[in-house]
Amino acid sequence: MLEIAIKGSKKYWIWLGALLAVMTAAFAVYIDQFMNGLMITGMSRDVSWGFYIANFTFLVGVAAGGVMVVIPYYLHNYEKFHRITILGEFLAVASLIMCLMFIVADLGQPTRMLNVLLYPTPNSMLFWDMCVLNGYLFLNIVIGWKVLEAERNQVKPPEWTKPLIYLSIPFAIGIHTVTAYLYCGLPGRGFWLTAILAPRFLASAFAAGPSFLILLCYIVRKFTKFDPGWEAMQTLSKIVCYALIANVFFFFCEVFVVFYSKIPGHMSHIKYLFFGLHGHDALVPWMWTSMTLMFVAIGLLLVPALRNNQTLLPFTCIMVFVGTWIDKSLGMISGGFVPSPLHHVTEYIPTVQEVVISLGVLATGLLILTVLFKLAATVKEEVRG
Amino acid sequence: MKKSRKSFLKKSRRSFLKAAGISAVAIGAAPAIKAVAVASGGGSASSIPVVSPKAEALTAKRWGMVIDTSKITDEVVEGVTAACRNAHNIPDFTIEPDAEKYPNTRPAKKMQEIKWIWEEHYQYAFPEMEDEFLAEKYKSLPFLVTCNHCKNAPCVQACPTKATFKREDGIVIMDFHRCIGCRFCMAACPYGSRSFNFRDSRPFIEKINPEFPVRSKGVVEKCNLCAERLAKGEQPACVEASEGAIVVGDLENPESEVRVLLNENYAIRRKQELGTEPSVYYIM
Amino acid sequence: MSKNAIIAGLVVFVIAALFPFWFNIGGTNAAPEIELSAKAKAAKKCVLDKYDMRANHMTILDDWRDSVVRDSDRMYKSTNGKEFEMSLSTGENSCLGCHTDKEKFCDRCHNYASVAPYCWECHTDPKEVTQ
Ligand code: SF4
Ligand code: SF4
Ligand code: SF4
Repeated sequence: MLEIAIKGSKKYWIWLGALLAVMTAAFAVYIDQFMNGLMITGMSRDVSWGFYIANFTFLVGVAAGGVMVVIPYYLHNYEKFHRITILGEFLAVASLIMCLMFIVADLGQPTRMLNVLLYPTPNSMLFWDMCVLNGYLFLNIVIGWKVLEAERNQVKPPEWTKPLIYLSIPFAIGIHTVTAYLYCGLPGRGFWLTAILAPRFLASAFAAGPSFLILLCYIVRKFTKFDPGWEAMQTLSKIVCYALIANVFFFFCEVFVVFYSKIPGHMSHIKYLFFGLHGHDALVPWMWTSMTLMFVAIGLLLVPALRNNQTLLPFTCIMVFVGTWIDKSLGMISGGFVPSPLHHVTEYIPTVQEVVISLGVLATGLLILTVLFKLAATVKEEVRG
Repeated sequence: MKKSRKSFLKKSRRSFLKAAGISAVAIGAAPAIKAVAVASGGGSASSIPVVSPKAEALTAKRWGMVIDTSKITDEVVEGVTAACRNAHNIPDFTIEPDAEKYPNTRPAKKMQEIKWIWEEHYQYAFPEMEDEFLAEKYKSLPFLVTCNHCKNAPCVQACPTKATFKREDGIVIMDFHRCIGCRFCMAACPYGSRSFNFRDSRPFIEKINPEFPVRSKGVVEKCNLCAERLAKGEQPACVEASEGAIVVGDLENPESEVRVLLNENYAIRRKQELGTEPSVYYIM
Repeated sequence: MSKNAIIAGLVVFVIAALFPFWFNIGGTNAAPEIELSAKAKAAKKCVLDKYDMRANHMTILDDWRDSVVRDSDRMYKSTNGKEFEMSLSTGENSCLGCHTDKEKFCDRCHNYASVAPYCWECHTDPKEVTQ
């Protein structure tokens, strides 16, 4: 089946070439990081995680978001999603590979990575996160591939894929829950120490993932003859709407608890993010942008006429995507570290190198995504064809 | 991988004897135990190598530290931090690296500094106890903070490789060989006690102490309660330099100096409400 | 593809694969002379006997580091009755305490065998750092 990937139009190759160029540039910067250490990043003693882990967290969400097409289709036999489940699964694959790359980019001693397996430590959430992430990646590769192959040969997918598909559903919830547990089980980090964190992560994931999927549907429609179906996209946009409302609702629950109880250790983080603390306010404009984007998007998604507007929907989706990205990656990580446990304020601003390496990871993910989507679209064209 | 390799080492004399005893009982040959015990304990060559702590090592059931805040002056702070720095090859990013020995060293970022014990003011050392009407003397008093060697250490719980672990005697210590530099422990520590090696720090160590290794880039480090000195029967470097302000000893032993101090004085611990059970006490 | 092209390709491959041999042609490949320090000569016995040491010192060091760091056992009594401090470089009774010249003892052989043990990223040669 892979041979499909090496037959493409000129545009296809230019796009892949551009991605490869970004990847090469980023790799060169990564070599510098590998040789000289994480000193090239903007991270510090107080803010010890930054852009890499932030993007990792967000992309785990995008990966988990794929389950929002799997559940309706496989559990509720929602036929309209028949054509896009594969897109959801492949999106999960690409996102997970990016997640793993971000983790490796963040390690101080990447060559010792396998120590996590050599000395398995069940009391560490990072160990479990590694297990579920790899498990979910494996499931999605197998399922996506087998289902697509079956479709190409116009037979039913093998029976043994069914249990795997059902298994992938708890795994999808699992990856994001465990990723939230990385943060929310740490005493002394008031911003993360809240039971709402995992639900909030899931809600924002179910908004970000499907909204990105809608955007991808537009792109697929534009560049291939395969049409994922407007109705499926409309259903997705409703899912995005509900999830986004839940995300904002959970956030307000958090804000209420924190500001009504007035516990200083919990208030200071949110104050820093939205109003600045002791004159440090690098994230204030970002956080308000995020809030505005999410609110406007909710408005645009709630009104049926606006939601069903084919030209408006992609812009709404971009708003959702950017809004949740700022909220969850920039805000969530920096917010947890500032102020520090000793209540010092050290701000974090990523360096150019950090951003370039991150772009390289994203380019790799997009490359994988392009190839996988091309496979899917071509097979679907062939079958219908 | 590790398991398949030939190991030259028996865990310890005790566990070897235990193993020998069990196998001897299994074959019903009790006298064999005695024979082995004599062979390995008697100073002459034995058939397997034996490892043990040094005879002069200081030991405790649970190590703890008591800091008398009334004895901490600026000079003491200076002496203590310098002692720890010199004992453990901790870099000082404010110095200018030797251009001949380390050409092309990139400038260091202050925010990526490394410190094991350092000065804080009261409202930072005890942020949750901030008080508008706190006695003036406390506001300006220098406090010393370091790793608390928590009984329920969140850093140990978080580490995915057991590179940070708790010894039987309560010291929370790092295995630099194993650390992958994920910095999960730094996020987990509620006291900001840990530092990460963002770079190779050698150029910023004024004089390398051959008694202790330096660190490679990419690993985390923190106070190890001078385990390497306790093992030789010496007091921690900061204790020696503190002019009596810092005392370490066995918290579980009611006769120990630290327990006597805790009995006679009012002492507090940092962020006690988190349940991490710090082993560092501050006499107020 | 023509037969000739395939053969030409194979030849190129074989030549490339044998690169390490071409590269070393003409160089002197004699094993280096290891010099024992006076102290090591006088001590006569090492942790294990010579050939065992040569083959297995890295495993011993690996065991030692776990023993010291994780079990806080720092002394090692060898089967030959001698006691050692389980340390690469600290103290009179450690490896470098006896084999005082790292360059002539460790490095020569490591260089010859093209191994670059990263022990030295952290552990220091006392001679080098105190001068
Ligand atoms: S103070 Fe921090 S680093 Fe030290 S034991 Fe407690 S949690 Fe770990
Ligand atoms: S940085 Fe090192 S010590 Fe800290 S959690 Fe990761 S592996 Fe463990
Ligand atoms: S006990 Fe040792 S390592 Fe810890 S702060 Fe004191 S001198 Fe430094």
